[in-house]
Amino acid sequence: MEKCSSAAVFEKDDLNLRLGLPGRDESEQPSSSCVKTNKRSSSEMENQVQQSAPTPPKAQVVGWPPVRSYRKNALHAESGMLVKVSMDGAPYLRKIDLKFYNNYLDLLKALEAMFKCTIGVYSEREGYNGSEYAPTYEDKDGDWMLVGDVPWEMFITSCKRFRIMKASEAKGLAGSCSPSLPQFLLTKNIQLSPTNLSVGLTRLTSLVRI
Amino acid sequence: MAYSFPEEVLEHVFSFLSSDRDRNAVSLVCKSWYDIERWCRRRVFVGNCYAVSPEIVIRRFPELRAVEMKGKPHFADFNLVPEGWGACAYPWIAAMAEAYPFLEEIRLKRMVVTDESLELISKSYKNFKVLVLTSCEGFTTDGLASIAANCRHLRELDLRESEVEDLSGHWLSHFPDSCTSLVSLNMSCLGSEVSFSALERLVARSPNLRTLRLNRAVPLERLANLIRRAPQLVELACKQLKALSGFWDVVPSYLPAMYSVCSGITSLNLSYAAIPSSDLVKLISQCQNLQRLWVLDYIEDSGLEALAASCKDLQELRVFPSDPFGAEPNVSLTEQGLVSVSEGCPKLESVLYFCRQMSNAALIAIAKNRPNFIRFRLCIIDPQAPDYLTLEPLDAGFGAIVENCKELRRLSMTGLLTDRVFKYIGSHAKKLEMLSIAFAGDSDLGLHHVLSGCDSLRKLEIRDCPFGDKALLANAAKLETMRSLWMSSCSVSFGACKLLAQKMPRLNVEVIDERGPPDSRPEDCSVERVYVYRTVASRRRLDMPDFVWTLDEDSSLRYS
Repeated sequence: MEKCSSAAVFEKDDLNLRLGLPGRDESEQPSSSCVKTNKRSSSEMENQVQQSAPTPPKAQVVGWPPVRSYRKNALHAESGMLVKVSMDGAPYLRKIDLKFYNNYLDLLKALEAMFKCTIGVYSEREGYNGSEYAPTYEDKDGDWMLVGDVPWEMFITSCKRFRIMKASEAKGLAGSCSPSLPQFLLTKNIQLSPTNLSVGLTRLTSLVRI
Repeated sequence: MAYSFPEEVLEHVFSFLSSDRDRNAVSLVCKSWYDIERWCRRRVFVGNCYAVSPEIVIRRFPELRAVEMKGKPHFADFNLVPEGWGACAYPWIAAMAEAYPFLEEIRLKRMVVTDESLELISKSYKNFKVLVLTSCEGFTTDGLASIAANCRHLRELDLRESEVEDLSGHWLSHFPDSCTSLVSLNMSCLGSEVSFSALERLVARSPNLRTLRLNRAVPLERLANLIRRAPQLVELACKQLKALSGFWDVVPSYLPAMYSVCSGITSLNLSYAAIPSSDLVKLISQCQNLQRLWVLDYIEDSGLEALAASCKDLQELRVFPSDPFGAEPNVSLTEQGLVSVSEGCPKLESVLYFCRQMSNAALIAIAKNRPNFIRFRLCIIDPQAPDYLTLEPLDAGFGAIVENCKELRRLSMTGLLTDRVFKYIGSHAKKLEMLSIAFAGDSDLGLHHVLSGCDSLRKLEIRDCPFGDKALLANAAKLETMRSLWMSSCSVSFGACKLLAQKMPRLNVEVIDERGPPDSRPEDCSVERVYVYRTVASRRRLDMPDFVWTLDEDSSLRYS
């Protein structure tokens, strides 16, 4: 029977700072860490985990983060309208839950607060003219639209992704226009004045709208 | 003895002792005190249902009125304990049904409770008053119907966070009209619609109702009515509070009623409600007497700042993640929120906080602001995240917590942590009773610091740390002073488990391994999980599934 004198064993040891994957010790058998489930994990995945960099693969670790499955299920049931939001010039994406908001005003106010920018007020004729940023979204058909044009209920069911563009870039998107339109306007050397543009766009809008 | 008091007098004196510790001390004085005390003990708490058998409890305490018990280890909450491991309540319920006809209260946590057990409870105790099932599973709404129908004096029915098979909402209608005793009803875990009129009537005839936790299926428009019928409510929780934002605008005539209720609310659980920060703040700022708040991280740093400004009585805060598996943060909640609350809420003593970044500076500030912390549980979504400002380990930050918070009883840590943090914990955390560690440490030294230094340690749970045999065997005697030790995905070998079990006959060393018999692999192979707990029951429990091995009295390997 082993007798370990705890003091003797440990006081001599210096603090050995090794930054390695937990469970990895050259002298011991590798413990099957990180990919434990009630089912067998694939050994390939295990090897990958043990040889990789110190951070364990995030979504694959059982029981991490430590949120009760009860709670996880409840959250899943609650949210269903998460969309990614990016802003031109901002380094990271955010996600919002469209279920939170009752109307465009609430949504835009929240986005302004989140990204610390001014979006201003939507007008059907001029879009977000006059403000620094314009909110746009990608709908179910893959088209980029200006936020505010369709009724709210239709919007929240068709919005897949958000992009807060610089207002200058968003000029071509008033109404149900496709993204190719602004490029057409800008690259064909057409002389545009603000009045021309808004009138022209209104006309286009009435042509393009289905 | 010439000076001994008559039994009745002693019994009367003992009746003023409510703490288990005091009663245990009293029973050690002499045999006659032991005897007198055991006959008049009315409440028992069994922290581990396998630490003792029902027979032993019943033999010693023949006149219990209240039993509280816990089953599975805490990490079962996170799927680290395989299904079918144990903690069945039935043997206890059956034994107590015979022995305690006057039992009034049963509180179970992390146990498997069947409808059969519930029916037995409802029929065995004439004066049954309190049923609390926390994080339990194995029963359906049929079992609840038995309780509702047969427990005529029921005061408390609390199913917090239990997994109930929801067959129908009709169980609520089984409460007879004569039942007017309800003080607390928590059915938030149930999914199906309950008859709202049955609920309204129940609330209306329960003048003592103080706590009401509803499930999501309660139509919000009728919530105002419900609240008006229960002005004595102190605790309210509802999942669909989203509608409250429209609520403020649409039903201003109810606002005075809401406000008056809010000022009485001391506990608010909004941790399942997706409510944006601005609306949360509107609600919370009305609840100036709030002592406990559970909320999702939608509250954001700004909301927590508002909380810190309006709720000066706050004692407990839990902030849960709304999108725990998302790679990117979806809300603006950082370490700053916790710092604000620690600054602004002088009575804050218990915290559970999920976030995505932390710094030593923030932890040190928090520790200095709130030396009165009793529970501090921090979870950084990336479990080995360093201090995001300096990229150093968070040793110094947690070190500050244990050094400043001298009354700390519970600690959970995450982040990049080396053996150094365990040295701090071992030196300073003298009142620490429960410690949870994940993906931390470098060597056995870390575990040794904790086991040798934390004088008050009762529960230690560890996952995915490079802790192994040396520290465990060197501190074997310590394990008998603790309730339990859980280690999963560490480096504990089967050989060491056997040795530990041989050395310490009053410990049950359970090797929980789904890869088949541990003796089919080399002895130095690490086990998947080991759960060590002290017990006065027989070491081999009868309900072990086939993935659990323990050592029997004759040191041979046993499995079912």
